Amino acid sequence: MTIAISVKNLGKRYQIGAAETKFRYNMLRDVLVDTVYAPVRLAKALVGKSDRRANQNFVWALKDVCFDLEEGRVLGIVGRNGAGKSTLLKILSRITEPTEGTVTVRGRVGSLLEVGTGFHPELTGRENIYMNGAILGMKRTEIDKKFDEMVEFSEVAQFIDTPVKRYSSGMYLRLAFAVAAHLEPEILVVDEVLAVGDAEFQRKCLGKMNDVAQQGRTVLFVSHNMSAILRLTQEAIVLKRGQLIKRASTPEAVDFYLASGQAESGERIWEADEVPAASAPFRPISLRLKDRSGKVVDTVRSTEPITVEWEYRLEAPVTGLRVGMYLSTMRGEYVFTAFDTDDAEQYEQFEARQAGHYLSCCHIPADFFNEGRYSLGVNASSFGVRRYFMDESALSFSVDISGAPGTQWPEVRQGPIRPRLDWKIEKID
Amino acid sequence: MTELVKHEPTTIYIKPSKGLAALNLRDLWIYRELVFFMVWRDVKVKYKQTLLGMAWAVIQPVMTMLVFTFVFDRVAKLATDGIQYEVFSFTALLPWGLFVTALNQGSRSLVAHNNMVTKIYFPRLILPMSSVFAGLVDFAIAFVILIGLMVYYQVTPAWQLLWTLPFFLLLAIITALGAALWLSAINVKYRDVNHALPFLTQFWLFATPVAYSFSTLSENFRLVLSLNPMTGVVNGFRWALLGAGTGPDLALWISVIISILIFVSGLFYFRSMEKTFADTI
Repeated sequence: MTIAISVKNLGKRYQIGAAETKFRYNMLRDVLVDTVYAPVRLAKALVGKSDRRANQNFVWALKDVCFDLEEGRVLGIVGRNGAGKSTLLKILSRITEPTEGTVTVRGRVGSLLEVGTGFHPELTGRENIYMNGAILGMKRTEIDKKFDEMVEFSEVAQFIDTPVKRYSSGMYLRLAFAVAAHLEPEILVVDEVLAVGDAEFQRKCLGKMNDVAQQGRTVLFVSHNMSAILRLTQEAIVLKRGQLIKRASTPEAVDFYLASGQAESGERIWEADEVPAASAPFRPISLRLKDRSGKVVDTVRSTEPITVEWEYRLEAPVTGLRVGMYLSTMRGEYVFTAFDTDDAEQYEQFEARQAGHYLSCCHIPADFFNEGRYSLGVNASSFGVRRYFMDESALSFSVDISGAPGTQWPEVRQGPIRPRLDWKIEKID
Repeated sequence: MTELVKHEPTTIYIKPSKGLAALNLRDLWIYRELVFFMVWRDVKVKYKQTLLGMAWAVIQPVMTMLVFTFVFDRVAKLATDGIQYEVFSFTALLPWGLFVTALNQGSRSLVAHNNMVTKIYFPRLILPMSSVFAGLVDFAIAFVILIGLMVYYQVTPAWQLLWTLPFFLLLAIITALGAALWLSAINVKYRDVNHALPFLTQFWLFATPVAYSFSTLSENFRLVLSLNPMTGVVNGFRWALLGAGTGPDLALWISVIISILIFVSGLFYFRSMEKTFADTI
């Protein structure tokens, strides 16, 4: 068997927090001094020598990752948020360069993330097919050859000479997907976490992935959904904080992942080395999701209230602090944003906080969420002054809707919330 | 079912590029069709949903020319090497227009296409490159207007020098591309470029002999101005088309060398920053 992908000692380092430390002005004088030094900073930045203090905040998104993958295999990649899964795919598809190590890839790498990239609303469907095809690296002759097939697949034949800005979002997505699906790369990477679109569309992506695998091409599949991993892959690797800690047959790797307690468990604990130095004096400790009985849970019931607890430490007094969360769907639509000092009285009382160990907690009422998976992000900042810490996907959880309004009909309800509304029905006449 | 034609796939090596990265012209060649498509798209989309459409490519330089004619000819009565002022300034506005378009579109090209940059691989050089090439279409349209102006004002072109024009056009492209490479790469990290740009183009316009004649300046002043690569381009255009000025002299060569320096350094700077574009954009 020939090797399709060979990864050796791969590492990727990101610089973080450098931009934030800059905005700590106490006096007008500081601002002026800073302005005077701006050209110097610009010159330094351009030649690549940034300030020393900014250089200290590095994080290794990937470190010493090695693996070979034979042609025609389907490899699953599992790991919690921030484990380096997406970074690995980005390096393989050459979007970003590794900091160290090498990858040898035999053939063209395609991903279903690229759907619709470079589509221009003013261009017609036909023109966008050519444009998008060229962006994905197809030759013009290749597009000519597959053109009819793509149009048929997209089911928009009669609108092919209409500007795509007149398309419905479904038509737009189908056309975009048609181009990506006909790229026929030797290696396909699929990142389920980042895949956009509705459930139907995601199903289509997975279907396409299966087809590709059946044709004997190589596939890399990233997902949080263990049953999809088990169904679609034979082999899997487990990533933990940028390192490859297990490679085995899929059932064994999934068992290992679930047993090692890294799977989403309704609790996120930040270890000291996970917190950037720039976030001081704010130190996140843990974030938990609890059900009505106080148990830490990964799946919550829509009909029950839930509690969100964020434990953190302040190493120095902070004024104007607000600690809060962003809640969004896995597709990236925000549901709401809230902070612990949103209430005016609360703000007055806790506006200035002494150093110490804190717990900010809140209840999300029952009958709030619709079915699905949600992502909980956290943020600690002083408005207009500084953002201390942020993690946009600290925790994710599932919502079970049994007993929620409307569940007597087995259908998918649109929208992220599922409130219990007080309906009144009157017969007027 | 498509027939299984087993062709040997190309092998790609991904590794960190060290120092001044290799220019990787091979990939640029592989993706050459994308340059064509990007230029085609820019041209096609540029004047969509405008009332006047392509006429804008004519209106912009013609209006500037009229304003210049009023201020610098009718009011200030500047010397123009004996050439009708309208033709004199329009000849310079051609390459200047190309340069400004390249500067404006080129420097924003990476940021404007950030969804492409963060989602797929392609040689990033294609973005500033196609912005510059798209400007050539406007240039061609304006060129037709210049011919009309020359016929109208009965200005005889310098026939024996005309063959040098492609060289000066190339110089204009290299200068524009050089500036676009620098500014687009910087813009990815520091959006200061957006704020500096309007000021920069205005300043640059007056540091270039577009509205006035280079030959009326003092010797020292000319040398200072020749440090601006656009000086060489504009003087070259006037010389090749109208026979104005002295032709290739020290000042021109200084401009040419600086222009090449900006281009080559821009190319290397762009390539060395390219690896982090997707992370910082």
